[in-house]
Amino acid sequence: MTLWFVFALMTVAAIFAVLLPLGRNGHAQDQGSEVAVYKDQLAEIERDLAAGLIPAPEAEAARVEISRRLLAAAASEPAAAPTSSLTWRRVAAVLALAGLPLVAIGVYIPLGSPRLQDFPLAERERGSGSGMAQSLENLVAQVQDHLEKNPTDGRGWNVLAPVLERLGRFDDAVRAYRNSLTYNGENAERRSDLGEAMAAAAGGVVTAEAKTEFERAHALNADDPKANYFLGLAAEQDGRKDDAATIWRGLLAKAPADAPWRVLVQSSLARVGGGSTMPALSDETIAASKEMAEGDRNAMVRGMVERLATRLKQNGDDVESWLRLVRAYLVMGERDKAVGASADARQAVASDAERLRQLNEGLRTLGLGG
Amino acid sequence: MIAESGHYALVLALGLALIQSVIPLIGARLRDVALMNVARSAALAQLLFVGASFVALVMLHVNSDFSVANVYENSHSMKPLLYKITGVWGNHEGSMLLWVSILALFGGLVAAFGNNLPLSLRAHVLAVQAWVASAFYLFILVTSNPFLRIANPPIEGRDLNPVLQDIGLAVHPPMLYLGYVGFSISFSFAIAALMEGRIDAAWARWVRPWTLVAWIFLTLGIAMGSYWAYYELGWGGWWFWDPVENASLMPWLSGTALLHSAVVMEKRNALKVWTILLSILTFSLSLLGTFLVRSGVITSVHAFATDPTRGVFILLILCLFIGGSLALFAGRATSLKQGGLFAPISREGALVLNNLLLTVGCAVVLFGTLYPLAMEMLADFKMSVGAPFYNLTFAPLFTLLLLAVPFGPMLAWKRGDLLGVTQRLLAAGVAGLVAVAIAWGWARGGSALAPLAIGLGIFVIAGAVTDIVERTGLVRLPFATALHRARGLPRSAWGSAFAHAGLGIALIGIVCETTWNSEHIATMKQSDVVHIAGFDVKLDGLFQRQGPNFREMIAEFNVSHDGETLSVMTPSKRSFTTRGSSTTEAALLTSGASQLYISLGDATAEGAIAVRIYHKPLVLLIWWGPVLMALGGVLSLSDRRLRVGAPKPARAKQRLQPAE
Repeated sequence: MTLWFVFALMTVAAIFAVLLPLGRNGHAQDQGSEVAVYKDQLAEIERDLAAGLIPAPEAEAARVEISRRLLAAAASEPAAAPTSSLTWRRVAAVLALAGLPLVAIGVYIPLGSPRLQDFPLAERERGSGSGMAQSLENLVAQVQDHLEKNPTDGRGWNVLAPVLERLGRFDDAVRAYRNSLTYNGENAERRSDLGEAMAAAAGGVVTAEAKTEFERAHALNADDPKANYFLGLAAEQDGRKDDAATIWRGLLAKAPADAPWRVLVQSSLARVGGGSTMPALSDETIAASKEMAEGDRNAMVRGMVERLATRLKQNGDDVESWLRLVRAYLVMGERDKAVGASADARQAVASDAERLRQLNEGLRTLGLGG
Repeated sequence: MIAESGHYALVLALGLALIQSVIPLIGARLRDVALMNVARSAALAQLLFVGASFVALVMLHVNSDFSVANVYENSHSMKPLLYKITGVWGNHEGSMLLWVSILALFGGLVAAFGNNLPLSLRAHVLAVQAWVASAFYLFILVTSNPFLRIANPPIEGRDLNPVLQDIGLAVHPPMLYLGYVGFSISFSFAIAALMEGRIDAAWARWVRPWTLVAWIFLTLGIAMGSYWAYYELGWGGWWFWDPVENASLMPWLSGTALLHSAVVMEKRNALKVWTILLSILTFSLSLLGTFLVRSGVITSVHAFATDPTRGVFILLILCLFIGGSLALFAGRATSLKQGGLFAPISREGALVLNNLLLTVGCAVVLFGTLYPLAMEMLADFKMSVGAPFYNLTFAPLFTLLLLAVPFGPMLAWKRGDLLGVTQRLLAAGVAGLVAVAIAWGWARGGSALAPLAIGLGIFVIAGAVTDIVERTGLVRLPFATALHRARGLPRSAWGSAFAHAGLGIALIGIVCETTWNSEHIATMKQSDVVHIAGFDVKLDGLFQRQGPNFREMIAEFNVSHDGETLSVMTPSKRSFTTRGSSTTEAALLTSGASQLYISLGDATAEGAIAVRIYHKPLVLLIWWGPVLMALGGVLSLSDRRLRVGAPKPARAKQRLQPAE
């Protein structure tokens, strides 16, 4: 409401600026004229002559020339006194009173956003906790800010990287994983995470650079599932389908029966024709999932997370799966569920001290420690 | 509230400009004082509203209100306050808002201080000014609105182009725009005069201060831009014949011509048609510059964003104003009465020569700027026109001009005595020749033309000194009398002497820098020493530092001369995380007018770093020259006297004093 009041005041001021001279029956006295300029020029010559800046004959010639101009100007000076045209003044007044607000509103309404408040940064930081300020993007920005100042905070990079990847900011994710590697030290999982982000940044192609990362991960831990999967994918993309099938078959052979990525590997294996053990997803489904809209893909991700949650309720021994679930909730911005899941996890593994320790360790890296 | 009020103020300014472009004209036709006076109050109100709009945008940037798209795209909450403010015009939308703010400022100044103008002339001038303003308000509101909002504001902005995060941005664009846009006043005066059919010596008197102000700012703006490019881009170059630089040089050349031809018109009532045409052309070239820079036709550091609709819109404005004004000119020019007569050898003649050379030079630059663009568009053939082209075309023209410069002010009005002037310039000529001899003997290597060019520069400076000496009678008369006469001398005479001397000084700087500049590019490790132009530059070490919104790598160099430590130089390389880009901050060591210039390249894995070291002799003269020229302009502007060109009578005995 105040905004419209300010607009009204401004409009009134603008109208007033037009009406003010119309109301006054102005006189033409405070204006210059050519005659005045030439008279000044004549006076100037006298002064120059007196100061000795110009000699007398030149001054005389100048005087003649300027006098000629002066006469011409005086003759053409409009003899008619200033008139006043009431009709036109009324037209001008109407233009100001009606036209100006109409133009202003007509132009402003389609362009402006009168309902939007200002959002100065200082105010927003004070008011954080409100829904908008807590959106995932904002959280990411805050973490990035923090890391900008403390770039050696490895744990921070660890938290940030998967979130960035989830948000589709793959280049940033690559950078974050790199930093995580630098400050947290090397292990197979981090190497293959980095490779995965690189492949994602390249639109799903396992580039030579990404492949190097997977090979390093493989060297560190020959059983790292992600590294094996992507090495297989690299082989497939290179056209070495048999190699890909061999790698994936080996992966499946070693995989725990309830590994969530089994389905993916099986379908990949089916794709390269490596003797399907149990193709869970047909080619059509995969093709469809590739073309899924953002919303649908989110729904798919949510579906997978729900399945994982259900499975863990039945069999809660797997610390890694619990951590994955908690991380997934965090990534989706559902912090409450993440907290709930970590409580469930603690209960589920409470009987085993070693697993509990692992769990707490993992939760701490996710920022849910304590 | 601030954002929307600023937006609404801009819309109101458009409404006022529309009224201001019609009502005063009707008033002038009917000779109704009240209607004509609407122009004045509307122009002042327009200034108020555009000013409010600009202040609103500045406040939004300072408060980091990222709900405004323009702030989000060009600001960052961690940016230092100065760059938050300068970032307002470091982007397309904001710079256009600055453009119209300055346009409104000039309109407001005419309204406030134009009391010496006839009422109808002022009404016409302000109406024309309002046409230009309306077109640009519409352009901003429709295609480049700085007040568009984001419903879900992001928490952090995308930061300003790091190259622009420099004090130069605080000075260069406002100066340049004051120049560019200032010429809109001479344009409005020219159109007003054509519409009224009154063009005479008085008109030139009235338009003079406005042209001068615009010229002063344009001179400083170009010089500042050149110095900024010199220290910020890291290559030590100060002029690249880049289309955007040319776009600012062209109005300067034609504006300089206008300044000189207006003198003839004011004093002798001659060259009227030509002066009007130059007024139109100068502002047209300013508009063309705006089009080239803002439309995205050219990609450079100046083209913040490219958007075809903007280009088309500015092109329309360009066609409308240039085409319309030239058509009006063609229709009215024939009816203008011829003014004072003059002989070819006279002050007027010299000024015609000056105009000829400046406009041809301007045409050459225009050709060099547009030809590659035309080729690219029509023949799909990429080419660039660079220094070699201008050295062959522009340089000879300017050499001729500089040779003529000392003669001009010493010739008498109406009919001059070339032989007499040559005799009086003998001392200046000798000074120039001595300079050539000295430069020849002293120089090692470099072009044979360089000493000649230095001699020319000295000749121009000595010519300006001679002019003052002649006028004051310093040699002929007792000192006290000379001093008295110096005080009585019109300030505009001092002004032109300073401006001409500035030209010579800039020339010397340019020649010395391009000919004897030494360069050393190396990969240096810690404790490596480079010898350049008598200096020993030793790399002390590299270290990192965290800035407000960047990280920088600083290299510390110890500079010594003959074993005596002079200074520590710390060039750096800044990387800006938000934009993922980096800038080089060159380090400069000034001794006299010469500079040692160090800028950093990439660091290698072994802890070494690529370094470019330049020694640039007398490089600062390149910018001292224009500063002196602008000072001359200020002196001339402060001259409250009227100018009278006393014509020399045909049979009068030749006198030694030049006429003034």
